[in-house]
Parts: sequence; structure tokens; C-alpha cells
Amino acid sequence: MTEFRSLSVKSLTRVEGEGALRLRVADGRVEIAEFNIYEPPRFFERLLRGREIREVPDITARICGICPVAYQLTACQALETSLGIEVGPEIRQLRRMLHWAEWVQSHALHIHLLDAPDFLGCESGFSMPPEHAGFLDRGLRLKSIGSRVMEVIGGRAVHPINVTIGGFFRSPAATLVQELVPDLESGLAAAFDTLREVAAFEFPDLELPYEFLSLREADEYPLNSGRVVATAGGQTTLDVPVESFGLHFSERQVPHSTALHALLQPGDRIYRCGPLSRMAHCRKQLPPRARAAAEACGIDWPSRNPFHAIVARAIEVAAAFEELLTFARGYAPPAACRVEFSPRAGLGCHATEAPRGLLYHRYEITADGLVAAATIVPPTSQNQARIEEDLRQYLPTLHDRDDAEATRRCEHLVRTYDPCISCATHFIRLERTPTPS
Amino acid sequence: MTTAATAKKPRLAVFKFASCDGCQLQLLDAEGQLRAIADQVEIDHFLEARSRSLPGPYDIGLVEGSISTPADIPRILEIRRQCRFLVTIGACATSGGIQALRNWGQIDDFLGAVYATPAYVQSLEKSTAIADHVPVDFELRGCPIDTRQLVELVTAVVVGRRPRVPTYSVCVECKMRGTVCVAVARGIACLGPVTQAGCDALCPAHDRECFGCFGPSQQPNLVSLNGFYERQGASRERLGRLVQSFNAWSPEFHAEHDRLADGPDTEADR
Repeated sequence: MTEFRSLSVKSLTRVEGEGALRLRVADGRVEIAEFNIYEPPRFFERLLRGREIREVPDITARICGICPVAYQLTACQALETSLGIEVGPEIRQLRRMLHWAEWVQSHALHIHLLDAPDFLGCESGFSMPPEHAGFLDRGLRLKSIGSRVMEVIGGRAVHPINVTIGGFFRSPAATLVQELVPDLESGLAAAFDTLREVAAFEFPDLELPYEFLSLREADEYPLNSGRVVATAGGQTTLDVPVESFGLHFSERQVPHSTALHALLQPGDRIYRCGPLSRMAHCRKQLPPRARAAAEACGIDWPSRNPFHAIVARAIEVAAAFEELLTFARGYAPPAACRVEFSPRAGLGCHATEAPRGLLYHRYEITADGLVAAATIVPPTSQNQARIEEDLRQYLPTLHDRDDAEATRRCEHLVRTYDPCISCATHFIRLERTPTPS
Repeated sequence: MTTAATAKKPRLAVFKFASCDGCQLQLLDAEGQLRAIADQVEIDHFLEARSRSLPGPYDIGLVEGSISTPADIPRILEIRRQCRFLVTIGACATSGGIQALRNWGQIDDFLGAVYATPAYVQSLEKSTAIADHVPVDFELRGCPIDTRQLVELVTAVVVGRRPRVPTYSVCVECKMRGTVCVAVARGIACLGPVTQAGCDALCPAHDRECFGCFGPSQQPNLVSLNGFYERQGASRERLGRLVQSFNAWSPEFHAEHDRLADGPDTEADR
């Protein structure tokens, strides 16, 4: 007789946006492992058509309240490519710091409030066991420092208003940036405390055969630029400039999701992006203290255990504070806050590393500066197929757990990706295929 | 309504429809204040922040996002039944959000532009405000909402008074912070005179136009304002796009967009 086991989660909690899980095992074989995204579609690619290019950073920010800067900076740089303008080192630096600050607040939220409760056996950051009482407060403190830096550089923490094509509407005042120094000093120390604490968590034993994908820069940890690199089993499987990335991946619509699945070509390869991929490719480019801490934290990088992502995020938060502190101590406002542009017809694409992984934008613009076509590929839609594959491989190892515990563990596995479901939905353009009856 | 005299803490629930999560995030961004809120109320349903979810009825319901799929309608009706004081938070919930731009087009065109197999995707023709479907007790505007207003709202509801949130325009905030008017001094078409305050006039302080995150202020005179910008040389297309963003489907901005799109005024209009 066949033995069936069905597990489901109707509404995933402690994730951004709306998703569900459906799992079914027959005789120890996983028949169904679906990460179901039911977040309502919002049609951003379509509603960008006909808008003025200067509106694009403000509109694309609204795709995600957690990583608006990643959207703004990817859009600006893709449009700058199509306009043929280049920003100088000072603006490049300010953009990098704004993006680091977004990583800090996004990662601090995920580490302390969303992911850690699973390791500590509680249902939320509000009900931590007494020995971790200071953990949530430290997380909120780190998050608020990240938000404060975003306010100083971007004007606002959610949907910044100071980012534009060519640079910024106004340069941050030197005094405001210098006033950040004491908070950044205490934040750096707090980030290392969190790293020590999460590195000591007990991790489930799991090794998965990942193909990692991320940006890589020669001399810095990748945030706003880099070549697209993929590796599997230590071998390089892709290493291309961002202009060619479009030739190497494709997307597929599945019935159980309003987000499309992304695959690497040739061979429809499922890949993983985000902190574990960046740690696999870019450890050498971490600033010195974060790099030393990464080597000493007790995990062998690259790690193929998805539960280690919380440690990778903590290392990235420390790296962010390290660079932000150096920046704030030496900051002087740029000579000009932006490079001016004149509209012209063109085509441009760009990719950045959002907190959750690679984010790709491509725009076609008309001679009078309107958007003719837009394509946006967010990180969580790229990770979607990988999350399902993870569940297929993890579930059989949970055969001796009761249903409630097995479900909780599967939910935790999904959460380790920090899936941003609001971002993931409804972006990728496809060839139109006939509707099945 | 629950009052301070009641021994039991009021029960708070947070719900999400079509949105970016940014307004919920403001709830988690109020460092210190989040703890203060958590001390005043029981957070009994907030999927983004905690796994524990207790059934209603709730004293305060915060609703983020717009109504955009067929399943949303029975859901918001049930949420209304479960919440004594229902507050919409943010531009999506109060006016339909940026996704309401599809309200001007054909939904099939939008579906086909993004999805290969549109039949898998359920979507209503229009994205609309929560108040178009159920009575709403209070609105917090903004894209995103302002954390200070959120804390004021929760505090006011807990002690049983009306929240104090300004309904005057962004212009008043520019005057209060001493920002030189970008419309008058620099000829930038700015929505500040017709947009509700709440952001502390951030954009003009950064040398750019207000683009209407908080939606129309009370009795805005959009026709007069845009006539002024047209005489300064701004095109009707640009002015139409300016009101057609995060609060595009608010009645005032909607009407003004359509008026501008109809083409130049005739002699009779003047």
C-alpha cells in the first residue's frame, strides 16, 4: 500500500508578501513541492510604458518597500547606459553607501525578526527566550541606523526621494554625514555581536548541489555593478558582462505562481542568487575586518547549507558598517550632485545586487525620453525554482518528524532565502504561448 | 472603542492586499516606538512579523494594499466584520496605488504584456481603494505612510480619541521648515499646493517637485494650479503624468488627469 504524506502552509509568515507551500510525499518520494505565490500582480513593466524616464526611479521604487534603493539604482544605471552618460567616482561612492544602508536595514530585519526565531524555537522576535533578550533590540537598533543613513543620503528610508538619473537631486550635507559617525561606530560593534551570536546557532545538517550566481567586481564587494558570474562544484559556468546576461537565462510561467521561474541556459539549469552566492564568489573583496570575521566564524565558505545564509547576511551587515564608517569619516560633498542628460533613443540594461540577490533591468527609450519597453527580473523570482528544488531534497530527510515539525522546518527553509514575494511577482516578459484549455 | 480604562490591551491586526509592503515596514521601522506600540496593544495578527495568529474580532485593523483580485472582495468584507476600528494605511489602500494605472487601459493588454499564459492569473479590471468596498474609520495617507503619524494613530485609538493628522497642504510644511518655493522661485511644476501634508515637505527641501505621495489635500484647486504651470511652459502631458502616479485613482487627481488628457481648454472654458 502506498503511504502518502501531505503538508501545506496556507500563508507563509515572517516573509515579505503573500505565499504558500504545498508538499506531497508518496512512499518516501516527493511528488509535489510547490512554493505557491499568490501575491496579486501589479503589472509594473506595462505601466512604465509611456512614462518619462526621469519618473522611472520613483515608480520602480514602489515595486518593493524593503529594497527600493536596489530598484532605483538599477533603473538609473540602465537608463544612463542608454543615454550614454557616466557618473563620476563621488556619485558612485554615494550610491554605494546608500545601497549598503539599505542592505543593513533589510538584513537586520531578516536576521533578527524573521529568521532567528526559527533557530531559537519561538514564533517571532517579540517572544525570544530570556537568554536572547537583547537580540531583538540590537536588531531594531541596527535597522534604525541603516534607516538613518538612508534618510541622510536618500531623503527617506522607504522610497527615497533624492535618487535620480545622473546622481542625486541634492548632495547630503557634510555635517549630517559626519554626525552619523558615533552611530556607525556602535553599529559596527553591534554587527559583530550579532555575527558571533548567529554563527553559534545550531544548523540543520544539509548540503545541496547549488549553482551559485552573483555579480563580481575585481576590487570591491559587489553592490551596484560587476560581471555576472556563476559557479557549480567550484567550476565557473558563466562569466559575462551584464549586457550579455539576457542571452544566458530564460523564464517560464507555472500555474501555481504569479512570479515566473528563471533558469540558466543551456540546459534549463536551476540556480541560486543572494548572500550565499556572493559569499561563494566575493569573499576576497570584503573589507578587512568583515573578511577576517568570515574566515573565523566556523563555516567553510562557500557553504551549500541554505541555513547558513543568516551568517552570510550578518557578515554583510558588518562589511556595510565597516565601509560606511570609513566613508562618513572622510566625506566631503561632491562638486556636482548629478550629471545632466538630454533625451535620446536608446537601449540599456544593468544589474545590481539587491539584498536578496541579482536584480536586472532593461529599458528601451524613445527620442523624446519616454519608456518604450521595460523588463525587470527580481531576485526572488530567480530563486523560486531553487526553493522548490531545496524542498524536494530536504523533505525526505524529515521522515521521522511529525507533520507539524516537518512543516515548520520546510517553512524555515523557505524563510532562509528571505523571499520578497512583493518583488517576485509579475515582471518577466515571455513569448506569448497559447492558453491551455 | 477600547479606552485606557479597560484593563485588557486592545488587539491589533495587520492585513495586506496588493502593495509593496513598505507601509507595514514603517510599523517595524519605528525603533523604540515599535516596542512602545507592542506594549500598548496585543499584536494578534501580523503575518510579516510573527507566526502566531489569533482569530478576531480585533479592536484595530490596519489594512495595506488595494483591492485588485476577485478573492480580495470577500476577504475585505470579512476583515471589516472582524475589526472595530478599521484604518487604511498608504496610497494603495486609500486610493488604489500605482497599480491603478491599469484602470485606464484594458486588463487583457496588461496581463498579456507580463504573462505568457494570462489564464493562470486572476486579476480584476481595476485596482481600487478599500473605502470603495467597505466603510473605513480612518485613513493614513502616504507612499509610504509616515511613522510619526502611525504612532499618533495607534496612541489615539488606544486612549480613545481622534488621531490628530494634518489635512492642510505640503506648502504649509515648506513654510514651516523655511524652504524657498521651488514652483515660484525656480519654475518647477510642484504638486505641493494640492497635496496633503505629512512628509514634512521632503522633496522641495531636496530641490525637486512634490509628486503627490500623500494624495490630494482638502479642496485642492488643480485646474488653477495647472493653468499657472501651463503658462510657465509645462506641457499638459507632463502635468497629466504628475497627477497620474501613486494616488492617480483618487477622485481629484483622476479628474484632473482626464481633464488634461482631453486637450487644451476651449475659449468657453476660460
